[in-house]
Amino acid sequence: MRLTFLSLRTRSGRERLYQLALLGLILLASAFLWHNTRENLAARQIHSGFGFLKQPAGFDIGEGLVPYEPQDSYLWAFAAGIANTVRVALAGIVAATLLGLLVGIGRLSHNLLVRALATAYVEVLRNVPLILQLFAWYMATTELLPEPAHPLELWPHAYLSKGGLQLPVPVFARGFALALYLLPLGLVAACLLVRRARRRREATGRAQRVLLPALLLAVAPSALGWLLGGAPHALDLPEVTAFNVTGGLGITPEFLALFIGLSTFTGAYIAEIVRSGLLAIPHGQTEAALALGLSRAEVLRLVVLPQALRVIVPPLTSQYLNLTKNSSLAVAIGYPDLVAIANTAINQNGQALECILLIMAVYLTVNLLTAAAMGAYNRRVALVER
Amino acid sequence: MELSRRTALSLALMLAALPSAARAGKTLDGVRQRHEVVCGVNTSAPGFSATDSQGRWVGLDVDVCRAVAAAVLGDATKVRFVPLNSQQRFAALQAGEIDILSRNTTWTLTRDASLGIVFTGIDYYDGQGFMVPKKLKVESALKLGGAQICVQSGTTSEKNVAEYFAAHGIKYKSVVFDTAEAIQAAFFAGRCQAYTTDMSDLAGARTHATKPEEYVVLPEVISKEPLGPSVRRGDDEWFQIVRWSLYAMMEAEELGLTQASADKEKAESKDPAVQRMLGVGDDTGALLGLDKEWSYRIVKQVGTYGESFERNLGPNTPVGLPRGVNKLWSQGGLMYAPPLR
Repeated sequence: MRLTFLSLRTRSGRERLYQLALLGLILLASAFLWHNTRENLAARQIHSGFGFLKQPAGFDIGEGLVPYEPQDSYLWAFAAGIANTVRVALAGIVAATLLGLLVGIGRLSHNLLVRALATAYVEVLRNVPLILQLFAWYMATTELLPEPAHPLELWPHAYLSKGGLQLPVPVFARGFALALYLLPLGLVAACLLVRRARRRREATGRAQRVLLPALLLAVAPSALGWLLGGAPHALDLPEVTAFNVTGGLGITPEFLALFIGLSTFTGAYIAEIVRSGLLAIPHGQTEAALALGLSRAEVLRLVVLPQALRVIVPPLTSQYLNLTKNSSLAVAIGYPDLVAIANTAINQNGQALECILLIMAVYLTVNLLTAAAMGAYNRRVALVER
Repeated sequence: MELSRRTALSLALMLAALPSAARAGKTLDGVRQRHEVVCGVNTSAPGFSATDSQGRWVGLDVDVCRAVAAAVLGDATKVRFVPLNSQQRFAALQAGEIDILSRNTTWTLTRDASLGIVFTGIDYYDGQGFMVPKKLKVESALKLGGAQICVQSGTTSEKNVAEYFAAHGIKYKSVVFDTAEAIQAAFFAGRCQAYTTDMSDLAGARTHATKPEEYVVLPEVISKEPLGPSVRRGDDEWFQIVRWSLYAMMEAEELGLTQASADKEKAESKDPAVQRMLGVGDDTGALLGLDKEWSYRIVKQVGTYGESFERNLGPNTPVGLPRGVNKLWSQGGLMYAPPLR
């Protein structure tokens, strides 16, 4: 029995044997690399191991969602970096998709001006390297905006300057916490309302205006929660100090430049993907829909786009992954993303190998999660074949 | 996304075929075989390592490498310079891409003990300071509360400024860039209110401003930054050569020699120390694995420490730094070379 399992005489036996041999080779190569690295590091007396993660980082991180002080550990600094990367990647993905959708549809417009502008946008932004575009956006913000000590007041207590955009933001109090907890309730209620209206329309043919009631229903429990919490309305207002503007919600020019650069660049690629998806639908669909009396906008929304999504979503996933990876260029314009913080860590403790492995693991995880989410969405919009 | 140099070097480390113990003693052999010293320098640090208008590398750190080349290969021009930013510098030295790292790098315990490199000496005693635009009317670093401070990624400056402000309980925000060019562009454009790095770097950076007189360096010196060349750990022979080349430059100044007077002193001097330095007395070179005239060539082709300082950082240069603590010990400074005997 064992002999025929790996027998050279049967085809399946040979295949198993070759695969086993290949697996053995790969394991051998990995073991050799691993052993070699350890020996090299030891011979050069370079510290190795992940123990440095517990030590205090000792450097400041300019911005982020995670509360971070220089005394915190390297691990926390990396966490702050990951939060910054995810923040700009998520915002960029949303903006790029919207932009790409608009521009892609614009390229197929009957209006000559819209078509020309959309084409120019795509052709210019696709063909210039991203890092140059990031530098251009960053220089635009630092050169064109006013000094932080004399900012531009967009509306009372909203300041725009080289130091960034500072907006008034409500101080987080119990009322807002309650509102946040009740928000899912409102959203679920709104979804149920929309679903009920759709079922009624399908059964009886009577359409109901459901947008406004659904929106109201979505925010009603949150508003109630806010009222019950004492209706807090204290605002954290930005103030102009001797140097710059402090307080409020700050959006730094680094984040702005990176966000705009990434969104516009990836948006150009997404525009082409959307356009190819729309063109992939046979024109007969559009003609039939028009013959039925649908307007051009309705044709797009109800007939063409749902079918085009099958073609659009897979390459769209690649663009999302590209955007996430491209966000690592942040280090060139001063945005403290994961790669920038890892660079600092490498320089301070010299453990390049460990930090780079960490960066790679994080990007791999983030991207695999994104791809899995998009894969699930893809399966939902895929054509069900009989 | 292309492979950054640092990533490529780390991968090279993984794939290097043999444990480095066999290679470590061989830097001198490699240099002799290649007929050049490979010197890691800054991308642009006026006064220390920068290219002049003809594209030639000049600076104090550059002169240290040229001194080693003059000592080992007989010709101070046989150096290949590799510009490195602050992330690449140690990886390049560890991986063997360069023989000496002479890149205004601060000598710290962590770097000496955990990176597989070792510092050979100090060629400039520096400290960290702040530069601010004059129009902010700030006279002291303690008044920088709430400011945004530009700092270079991964330098000791980043760590020191965090510690300084933590010690004084002052809040600040850091804006971090990875190259000196990016950080200076941002600071001079007004993105941040202060720029912090070594005092010598600040002086050099100010030369890049369109209006240097609009910027002032604050008086506080918040850390010790002894700058010096470093080599790979494990190669004692090479370590001694680089160390004593720098000391030869200092000793030459102490003996009162100059580039111009070297030949004359060689022919006429009766002082045994001068004779030793200029290759007509005891042979110190043989002990280092070099020939008899190693230190003579340094003085003749590169000059003394004082001359190098004058040429690159002195009051007649755009950088214009005072000699300060970098004077010889006999004049009240810290430059003290052990005797070359």
